[in-house]
Amino acid sequence: MTALAALIRRDIRIALRVGGGALIGVLFFLTVVVLMPFAVGPDLALLSRLGPAILWLGALLASLLTLDRLFMADHEDGSLDLITMSRTPLELACAAKALAHWLAAGLPLIVATPVLGLLLNLDMIATAAVALTLLAGTPALTFTGMIGAALAVTLHRGGLLMAVLVLPLSIPVLIFGVAASQAVIVGPMTFGAPFSILCALSLVSLVIGPFAAAASLRHGLD
Amino acid sequence: MSGLNQGDMRLSGHGLRCVRGGREVFAGLDFAAGSGEAVAVVGRNGSGKTSLLRLIAGLLVPAAGTIALEGGHSELTLAEQCHYLGHRDALKPALSVAENLTFWADFLGGELFDAVESLAKVGLDHAIHLPAGFLSAGQRRRLSLARLLTVRRPVWLLDEPTNALDVAGQDMFAGLMREHLAGGGMIVAATHAPLGIESRELRIGGVA
Repeated sequence: MTALAALIRRDIRIALRVGGGALIGVLFFLTVVVLMPFAVGPDLALLSRLGPAILWLGALLASLLTLDRLFMADHEDGSLDLITMSRTPLELACAAKALAHWLAAGLPLIVATPVLGLLLNLDMIATAAVALTLLAGTPALTFTGMIGAALAVTLHRGGLLMAVLVLPLSIPVLIFGVAASQAVIVGPMTFGAPFSILCALSLVSLVIGPFAAAASLRHGLD
Repeated sequence: MSGLNQGDMRLSGHGLRCVRGGREVFAGLDFAAGSGEAVAVVGRNGSGKTSLLRLIAGLLVPAAGTIALEGGHSELTLAEQCHYLGHRDALKPALSVAENLTFWADFLGGELFDAVESLAKVGLDHAIHLPAGFLSAGQRRRLSLARLLTVRRPVWLLDEPTNALDVAGQDMFAGLMREHLAGGGMIVAATHAPLGIESRELRIGGVA
């Protein structure tokens, strides 16, 4: 356990230092969401209808942006070799890295959501709903994105490949995340059904992600 | 010292064949090292010195042949009993010298670890709080060497270990290797320069 805790602590520390990924994600999120009202125009009703979708898109793209470095940095400096060789199972090490990434890059997005909700004319309840769906859904984005990040290392291809691989996996998360938020704002669906599916997606990816990523990394040993 | 049984371990490989990128690097390679022995792997560039180390470390899969550690820990794999020092030094520039070293000690399971003492041994104790990004190539190498001291493991796999080290650094490192061998450890080092300790030579690739 100390090994995993050490890995999580290290990754969070690196992400929060100057040049780390955490701030980049939040800034990107901020940029996308702040620009959107200017692009859509001064139609408040339209803005609040689009609000949840914009917030979700921003969060999805922001998490994709920072995910492709998840294993690449460790691969380039040789840390991944030592992690593979260690007594810690690679699956657990992958899960720890994804958890650290979510804590450093995913949580700040959720914290920023209430502020950005103001810009999109969302009321308190709608903003809370979006934040709640993001809290339930972003782990799925991180843990499925991890598979793409591992494949990017294995195949020696960077960013773009990763986006292409991961996007289809993240579409269900986007659909049910936005659906659950919309249910609170305009109805007529209940909030519970899409939200439960969103939670289920997160739980499934929590299990599958680390195994798929570890398998990919092992296969790509070189 | 705990963790090492003295004088009864033997690392050996038989009939090793290594293929990378569809090209055969070497075939029919045998090697052996007992407790307290060092093997210097020599050969021209591209002859497969690094590949051999990575085979032992479990980071490559041999196309044929076997590698075994007799007398080692029965519940651990060979890779888990090896320290691997590659040419990439596994340091994070954003973290300080102490943070880098402490991470590897915690992650690799160092029980009797003291960061200051390990860093003093490699002559880096003056730079404990400096971010690793500001270290020179020789200092980075010294910091990687300190990792070998955080956890005791019987097999050291060293890839060009003396690269970028100054003369004093090479002497210091020779001392560390002698200490490791005296404790019953084994060393397999890929090298062009003399190691500075008594070692058996293993030539790969023959005459090109």
